[in-house]
Amino acid sequence: MSIAKSSQADRADYNFAYLDEQTKRMVRRALLKAVAIPGYQVPFGSREMPLARGWGTGGIQITAALLGPTDVLKVIDQGADDTTNAVSIRRFFERVASVKTTTATGDATIIQTRHRIPEQPLQTGQIIVYQVPQPEPLRGLEPREEETRKMHAWAEYGLMQVRLYEEITRYGQAATTYAYPVLVNNRYVMSPTPIPKFDNPKMDMMPALQLFGAGREKRIYAVPPYTSVKSLDFDDHPFTIQQWEKPCALCGSRSSYLDEVVVDDRGGRMFICSDTDYCGGNVTDVASEEASA
Amino acid sequence: MNNQLSAPEKELLRVEDVTRLYGERAGCLDVSLSLWPGEILGIVGESGSGKSTLLRCLAGIDPPTRGHIMFDSGKGLLDIYAVAEPDRRNMMRTAWGIVHQNPRDGLRMAISAGGNLAERLIDRGDRHYGRIREVARDWLQRVEIDPARMDDKPRAFSGGMQQRLQIARVLISEPRLVFMDEPTGGLDVSVQARLLDLLRVLVRDLGIAAIIVTHDLAVARLLTDRLLVMKEGRVVEHGLTDQVLDDPHHPYTQLLTSAVLAA
Repeated sequence: MSIAKSSQADRADYNFAYLDEQTKRMVRRALLKAVAIPGYQVPFGSREMPLARGWGTGGIQITAALLGPTDVLKVIDQGADDTTNAVSIRRFFERVASVKTTTATGDATIIQTRHRIPEQPLQTGQIIVYQVPQPEPLRGLEPREEETRKMHAWAEYGLMQVRLYEEITRYGQAATTYAYPVLVNNRYVMSPTPIPKFDNPKMDMMPALQLFGAGREKRIYAVPPYTSVKSLDFDDHPFTIQQWEKPCALCGSRSSYLDEVVVDDRGGRMFICSDTDYCGGNVTDVASEEASA
Repeated sequence: MNNQLSAPEKELLRVEDVTRLYGERAGCLDVSLSLWPGEILGIVGESGSGKSTLLRCLAGIDPPTRGHIMFDSGKGLLDIYAVAEPDRRNMMRTAWGIVHQNPRDGLRMAISAGGNLAERLIDRGDRHYGRIREVARDWLQRVEIDPARMDDKPRAFSGGMQQRLQIARVLISEPRLVFMDEPTGGLDVSVQARLLDLLRVLVRDLGIAAIIVTHDLAVARLLTDRLLVMKEGRVVEHGLTDQVLDDPHHPYTQLLTSAVLAA
């Protein structure tokens, strides 16, 4: 109740969804360009947000530019709906846009995420907005911005493959486990943000629109629906995803990404789904099955 | 004209009146030369005579102020500074290579020796890890580096080994032309001798052309077919190596050759 009341008071002070309409237009233009050139990083005039840079300001600006009054928003952080970043961003949009929010992946029209793609497959019409700390996949290899732009422009991506070569040589396999570089639409190499490489295959031919916002670095990029997203690899060392020996300790899922949780100070630990909505759904399913049996 | 293009004696590189000015000062002035496939050309002269400036122009690193540099990468002579930058970058990686005096300029020091060689193969489109390793190992052996050192970083190598690794990195992409800027500079005499021997064998075996900049006349005599003598940015004498060294015409060349201690 108090939220509804305060949101009315706030709306007198702020434009719908916080950003003014000119700024939203600027962001939308960048978004359109990004969708037109899958994987290409489009510069945009990133604004100050009431949140520290590095906490998802890029994602928030995209979400703000997309939101309409009828949208249903879901915000996740590391797969969970109830962590600090997710809670505060969700509450922010409840206050400044009065939109409906949800934790159910299937109900959301816009999903803003940090570090995960939901386990439940996304559908046509949904939009997933990624918060991006470092949009440039070549940054660790080539410090000069001028040079990385040339490398993208001319698709000179050998160096990226050399990094993989070095990892295989040193560790016997590709050692990058998150932000694993992908080739989008057979053209641009893109950083899929720090999602675990477990989620990389979900990006390929995804029916939902994928948008990426880097607030501090002032870049927006996108993967349109049904676009090929290929993880880089060698012919004789194909790309693989993480696997776990045990199923989720709560819901028993064997097909989801598991977090390791330390449960006591004697080395006890359990593995549970990082996607809380998915895990909770599985648990209720199991409970209702048992009840009906 | 067609006849001329298909003739075996086709030029690989033609340089016309290349001038590189640094402000008022001239790095090199009106240099013209031609290079044929498989030929080794030496450029000698004292420090500051414009040798390295000329080499940087020829190798696509630094555009000349005036003049043209034409290279034949299989499609006839093309002005390397008139083609689009991505094409030129591609030519720099595949059609010709540069061996720098300091191996640190030509190698990636943070990447293993094998990785340095693999980069060239990957650039070419190779995506099979096992095969890349095989080719890289083979090349390490050809430049007399123990393949057991393949996964070490170049900074763990001696100066001579780094230089040999750099040469392998250049030759692995099978260029038609190699530029060398004082390839034996900074190495002790016995290592120099072995490196020169290696270079001679490799270049002759592969039939690639080379332009070697040096101030060491012994290197020039050992490796090169033809010699260009530079002074104050200009070519003062030009001819077959033995001819230039044994019967120098220009007073400066006479001075240069007489400055070498008789063996």
